[in-house]
This record gives sequence, C-alpha cells and structure tokens, in this order.
Amino acid sequence: MNRTGKFGIAELLFVLSLLILIVIVALPVLLIFWTSFVVDGHFNLSAVVEVLTKPDTFEALKMSLLLAACVTVTCTAVGTLFAWLVTRTDMPFKETMKVLFTIPFMLPAFIGALAWKMLLSPRAGYINQFWMALFGTRTPLFNIYSFWGIVIIETMYLFPFVFIQVSGALERMDPTLEESARIAGAGLFTITRKITIPLILPAVVSGALLVCLYSLAHFGTPAILGTEVGIYTIPTKIYELIHQSAGSFTAIRAATVMSVILVLSAAVILYTQNRVVKSGRFQIIAGKSVRPTVLKLRGLRTPLFILCIVYLLVTVVMPTVTIFLVGLLKTYGLPLQLGNMTFENFYYVLFKWKLTKDAIFNSLYLSLGAALVTMVAGGIISYVLVKMKVRGKWFLEFLGMLPFSLPGTVIALGVILTWSGRFGINIYNTGWIIFVAYIARYMAFSLKSNSAALEQVHDSLVEASRASGATPWQSLRDVVIPLIRPGMIAAFFLIFLPALRELTTSVLLYGPTTRTIGVAIYTLNEDGETVYACALAGVALLLIVGGEILIKRFFEKKKRLDNGGA
Amino acid sequence: MAFVELRHVTKRFGQVTAVDDLCLSIEKGECFSFLGPSGCGKTTTLRMVAGFEDLEEGEIEVGGKLISSSLKKYYLAPEKREFGMVFQAFAVWPHMTVFENVAFPLRIKGVARHEIESRTKHSLENTNLTKQAQLYPNELSGGEKQRIALARALAINPGLLLLDEPLSNLDPHLREEMRFEIKDLQRKYDFSIIYVTHDQAEAMALSDRIMVMRDGKTQQIDTPLNVYANPANKFVFGFIGLSNFIPVVPRDGKAVLESAPDAGQVSDSFPPEFAGAGRATVACRPAEVDLLPEGKGGLRGVIDRMAYLGETVDYIVTVGDVEIRIQKGRREPRFEAGMACSLAFPKPTWYE
Repeated sequence: MNRTGKFGIAELLFVLSLLILIVIVALPVLLIFWTSFVVDGHFNLSAVVEVLTKPDTFEALKMSLLLAACVTVTCTAVGTLFAWLVTRTDMPFKETMKVLFTIPFMLPAFIGALAWKMLLSPRAGYINQFWMALFGTRTPLFNIYSFWGIVIIETMYLFPFVFIQVSGALERMDPTLEESARIAGAGLFTITRKITIPLILPAVVSGALLVCLYSLAHFGTPAILGTEVGIYTIPTKIYELIHQSAGSFTAIRAATVMSVILVLSAAVILYTQNRVVKSGRFQIIAGKSVRPTVLKLRGLRTPLFILCIVYLLVTVVMPTVTIFLVGLLKTYGLPLQLGNMTFENFYYVLFKWKLTKDAIFNSLYLSLGAALVTMVAGGIISYVLVKMKVRGKWFLEFLGMLPFSLPGTVIALGVILTWSGRFGINIYNTGWIIFVAYIARYMAFSLKSNSAALEQVHDSLVEASRASGATPWQSLRDVVIPLIRPGMIAAFFLIFLPALRELTTSVLLYGPTTRTIGVAIYTLNEDGETVYACALAGVALLLIVGGEILIKRFFEKKKRLDNGGA
Repeated sequence: MAFVELRHVTKRFGQVTAVDDLCLSIEKGECFSFLGPSGCGKTTTLRMVAGFEDLEEGEIEVGGKLISSSLKKYYLAPEKREFGMVFQAFAVWPHMTVFENVAFPLRIKGVARHEIESRTKHSLENTNLTKQAQLYPNELSGGEKQRIALARALAINPGLLLLDEPLSNLDPHLREEMRFEIKDLQRKYDFSIIYVTHDQAEAMALSDRIMVMRDGKTQQIDTPLNVYANPANKFVFGFIGLSNFIPVVPRDGKAVLESAPDAGQVSDSFPPEFAGAGRATVACRPAEVDLLPEGKGGLRGVIDRMAYLGETVDYIVTVGDVEIRIQKGRREPRFEAGMACSLAFPKPTWYE
C-alpha cells in the first residue's frame, strides 16, 4: 500500500473533509473569536471586559447560568424518578409508559411555551381566568412570565434527556450486581444507596449535562416567556442586540463576546460529559438477560401510576389540545366554545397567506437540503476519521469535535460574520445563509450517527473485499456503503426533523421572505397574531408527529428484516 | 435430616413449567451439581433456593429452618438467608476496590471494623488476591474477577455456597484451575455447595452427587460414577458423554440394524422387555465399541472418516444409513478411510 507521492482516494477524501469542516464550522467560530478579541488588528481584552461588565449583559449571563442550573436540577430529579419507576417497579403498563415519556422530546419547547403562555399568562391565561372566576379573586394562580415559569416549561420538555439515559442504564445494568448485594445481606435501601445509585451515576450526570447544555443555548422558551418581563438570557440578549442594532459593530461585538462565553461553557460541559461517559470502570452491561428484581410498590402503585398519567396529560396533552383549540378560534380572546371555532385559520395559513406558505415551504426545502448534504458530508468525514490512516488526522479530529460544542446562536452569529460579504460572498437575508447554518448546526448529529455505523464495519470486511480483487472505490461502493446505509438514513432523519422546527438559529438569520416555520410561529406570536401562530404550530406538530411515525415504521421494519435474516 | 431439603418444588412462568415437582436433599458439606441443557430449570431452582424466585408449590428448608413455603406464603428475604452466591457474569461491583467488594457483606452485617479488616485480609489470602486488594475490578482479568466473587461469597462464612455457572465465562485452562480452587476452599471451610452447570465434565470433576435435569424434571440423582456408568434413561446417557444410539429390530432372537438387517448382528440376544414393541435402541460410548478387521465381529461396516486427535483416533463407520462413532487409542491397530471392518458391542445399554 505504499503509494507515496501519489494523490489517491485517501488524500482526496481527507482534503475534502478538511475543506468542509473549515469552511462550514471552523471559519465562523474563528471569526467570532477574532471579532471579540481583536480590535484594529491588535489583541484587546478591554472590549471583552467592557461587554461583560455592562449591567444588561452581565444580568443575561447570570440569568442563563442560574436558569440552566435550576433546569438541570429539576430535570435530573424528574427524569431519574420516572426512569426508575418504569424500569424497576411493578408499575402497570411500564412498556407503554416508557414510550410515552419520550414524547415530550417530540414537542418543540417553544411551542410548549406558546401553549403555556395561553394557559397561564397572568391575565388572559385560560387556567388563571378559570381560577380567578372560581374563587372570585384577582390574583392569578401562577404567572408563567417568570423565572420559575421558564424553569418549569423547560423541565417539561427537556427531562427526557435524563430519562432516556437513566432508564437505558437501569435496563442494561446487570441485575446480578444487585442480587449479589442482597445475598451478601444488604436490604433494598442499602443496595439502592451503595450499589445502584453509584453505578447509574454516570448516566445521570451525562443526561444532566446534556440538559444543562441545551438549556444554556435554548432560545424559544425564555424568548416567549421572559422577554416580556425583562428576563434575558444569553441567546435572547444576542437576538435583541442583533435585531435592534441594525448591524452596528458595537452590538455585533457584544454578541460575539457572549457567544464566546457560550462556546466555552459548552466545551467545558461536553468535556466533562465525555470524561464521565468514558470512565471505564462503570461497565455494567449484563452478561445474559435476566429480569431485574422489581420493587413492589404495593399501596403506592396506583397513586404513582396516576401521577405519571397526570404528568403526561399536563405536559403533553393539555398544551397540544390548547394549541389546536386556539388555532381554531375566530379571534383570540373569545371563549373556547364550538360556536367560536372555524377551520378558516388552518386553511388560511396553509393555502392563502404568503408569509406562512413561504415559511412551510422554506422549512421543508431547507431541512431536506441540509439533511441530504449533511448526511453525505458527515459520511465522508466520518469515513476519514474512523477508517483512514492519513497524516494530520489529529487536526481533522479536532475540527470534527467542534460542531458538538456549538450552540445554535453561536452558529448563526458565525455565519453572519462569514457570509455577509467579508469573503466576497454575501448571502445575508437569503435562504442560503440558513442552509449553511443548518449544515454547521447538524453536522454533529451526522458525524455521530455515521461514525457509529462505520465503527461496526470491521476492517477485515474491507480487506476481504480488497483481497477478492476490488479497488478501494469498489470496496467502498459495494461493501462499506451498503453496510452503513442504515446509519446514514438515521443521520438524515436526525437532521431533517429537528431542522423542520428549528428556531434558535433561524431567528437570527431570517429575511423578509426567508422565514422558517419556527420563525413564523415566533414572530406571529410576537405580533399578537395568536390564532395564526397556533394554527401554524398545529400544522408543525402534525408534520413532526407524522415524520416521527414514519421513522419508527422504517426502523421497525428494518429491525424485523435484520432479525429475520439472522 | 439433610442440610438442604426441597420438597415438591414447582415453578411456573406463565404457561411454562420451569421446575416441576422437584424433591431433593443435600447433606452438610456435600458438593451437589444441577446439570442439564439451558432452559432445563437448573438456574431457576438455584434462584429459588437463593430467594430470588417465589414458589408455585412446595417448600425449601435449609439447616432445619424453613426458608420458602408456597403454602404458608413465607419467603425469607435473600439478604436474610446468609448464603454465599457466585454469578456467571461475576457481578463484582465496578465502583468498589477488590477489598471493598469482599468486605461488603461483613460491613452490612455490622462486624467490628478491625475484624472486617482481618477477615477480609484472610479471605483475600485464601483466594490469592492480596496483591490486588486496592485495585478496581476492571483492571483485573476474568479469573481474578471470579476469585473476588468467590472471596466475597465466602466472607461471612456461609453454610451454603450457591454457584451459578461460575466458570463458563473463563477460558478452558483457567476453568480447570478454578475447579481445584473451589474444591480446596470447600475443604478449608466445610460448606455445602450447590453448583449449576451445563458442562458435564465440570459437574463430574467437582461433585459428590449430580442431579441431571430436563424440562424442569429430575432425570437422575446419583454419584458421578453412577450417572456415567448407569444412566437412568436415554437423555442422561446422551447428555453425560459422547454416545451412539443405534436403532435395532429383532430377527431370529438376535438384534439387527433396522436399515441394514443383512449387515450382521448388533447383539446375539434381544431383551424380552422390548420384544413386544418390536424395536429398541442400543446405546454405547464410542470407546466401548470394538473395531475389528473385516469378518471378525458381528456387524459389517465401512470406515467413512478417520481423524487423529493425538492420544485417540476418531472413526465414523457407516452401516446401512447408520453412522457409528468410535474412538480408539493411538496404539491400537489402525484403519484407513474406505476400509471394510467389523464391529462388536460388548457392553450394550438398552433403551426403548
């Protein structure tokens, strides 16, 4: 295999990967750092200090950290409790509940926030109105426009991060680890404290850190529930700066400084998460499948089951129903009665109003395009990372890590700096800038899914193909790609569905004709077009749920075929 | 009264009866194996003794104390039974050091600190783990992990040690070493052992008595020697070692092959108890068949395959459509593939 000096397929793919990552990911980040730290060609920290000590940016920073900390704690508590209930107790319908608890993941948090605004805004919220009418009082039950309002809503839609990690760990954990403690004389309480909790701690921590990361970078909920009462987080502050400044350099500088903080926090969180997950001494996967000992809840069985059902009704069903009901209203503020309802709004946003029609169309083609391109690009980069031995790979590996730690707001800011004419290309205010941003934003998903698939393909499979006389290209085409196809398709959907409802990045990049669904819902809500916002949100929910069902079908069929073949 | 008593123990999982009306007694200091293919109910039985499974019917007594009873709905919690147990997947706790793993049962029991120290040290010495005491299990090999599990199980000096396929995750030479180690420890501490395995050689080497199980039912309870020499039925015969099962029919008072009656006799008599059925099965071990030059024995066949296995030579002889496996020492006269030969069966075992 010594073909020194020859520019073969390996070098071609390597250079291609490098180019993609530099242009799409590295350059925007570099420009953000450059803008923050370099003034007139000199390194200058004073600007950074100035931005950070300004009261409003400092407040936003503090609020972001506080919010993320609280959301992390509540999500960890809720997620761990439910995970334990559905894996280790005799609660009824556990398997169904396990699926139901992941549904909040499908609901975009900003649509949840929108629904809860209509239910719990201090004056007009349906629940608050009902409460005040019921008790003849003028104080609302709960004001959702508050710090704790934001914490609660984010918890509702982010806790599955913890739930999925912890229930997975509890299921995979070898039950004999606990049984041997019982035989050794330990009671259930001691076992939970000394064996179970220490063993699932990495899963809990890793889920909690994901929540923390997501919450730090999340725009929708604080924007809908906080801005109104002057609560700003880093992402919403950046949005405000960019939108109100009309491109002034001071505003952009302030935004980049805050972005730098976001990137660094994300990097720290991800580094910690990586360390926790990798700590090798916690390999607890079961040797053979034995059913774990199940705790009998006895008298608590029904109350806890009801708690789970109520939780799901409140966090999933109620907001969804609210979205659709308000979407059906002739005018916002009318009582929720059949006589006040009409399908006119849905018809209007789907077929008549150019703004919403554009938004749906934009979201569809941007997500499809970005998913396709990112799937292929991620495939190529993963191939180089996992399978190839080329010099300078460490640099590519470093660049490959970058997309994982880039919050949506940072990416948006980065592409603004990169593609607004600085390098002779100005695509600001066009769909292309959103397209480029989506690729950067979802590259991480594609890399993860593709490399996982590639790692499953043992080198000897390719070697066997080469030994049978196939060229590297033919081996790639006939052996590697067919084997990783499921991983690539998974990557496609992992990008397509979230992109369809994207808000955090798009909201900084949209122009007059390039609203996406998320942006349209958000701006309609801001402009007081509440019924149209809800109707569009309803359409978005149907698209999302439809998409999720399609994927489930696809992967179930695939699984069946695999099992049948084996 | 025996140390361990299982009386009419039955366990069902839904429609499947995993253990069916099992009765069993094990003496103090005895090493007793449950042997059978996977799914025969051996692990379920062990888990019922350990207290991890309830009983549908029957009761279990250990040391004269009732610990499980379906009738009285009484089940002593596993942590109160004071047994030692070793699991197939080792189940050593990855977040504790070797020392902490072994000390855990003593700590739970509330033993005084200095005594924990000395007893744990002693256990670690007995299992050759003194050097590894402060390491974490994942830094150790499979054999060492299994020794931790053993030391931990023995830490409280249990009267009964339960072993659930403890060696099947180890490589063969290590397995043999561990067998001796378990035996040595038993001699030192004098506990009873219930040993679950699907490996007949392991069961033979370790046990005072073996129970062979199939589909939840006891097939035979006996010493290793008797289980091998006098299998209770065809299943036990086949499970316990290499075997040939030759279908025969009677002709002129002799037993001949059903598919090749003209090839000669398998035996010069046909047991009267099978005469009514008109057919029987002759079971024999490959080493117990005489392989003779053509014309010397009762049954004529052709050597189909021959393989040297070092100390032994392995033959497949075809007679009619029956293949008979034969093993002979390397010093005995050799036959080549394709040669005609004769077979004699000096020690036939008859089954229906």
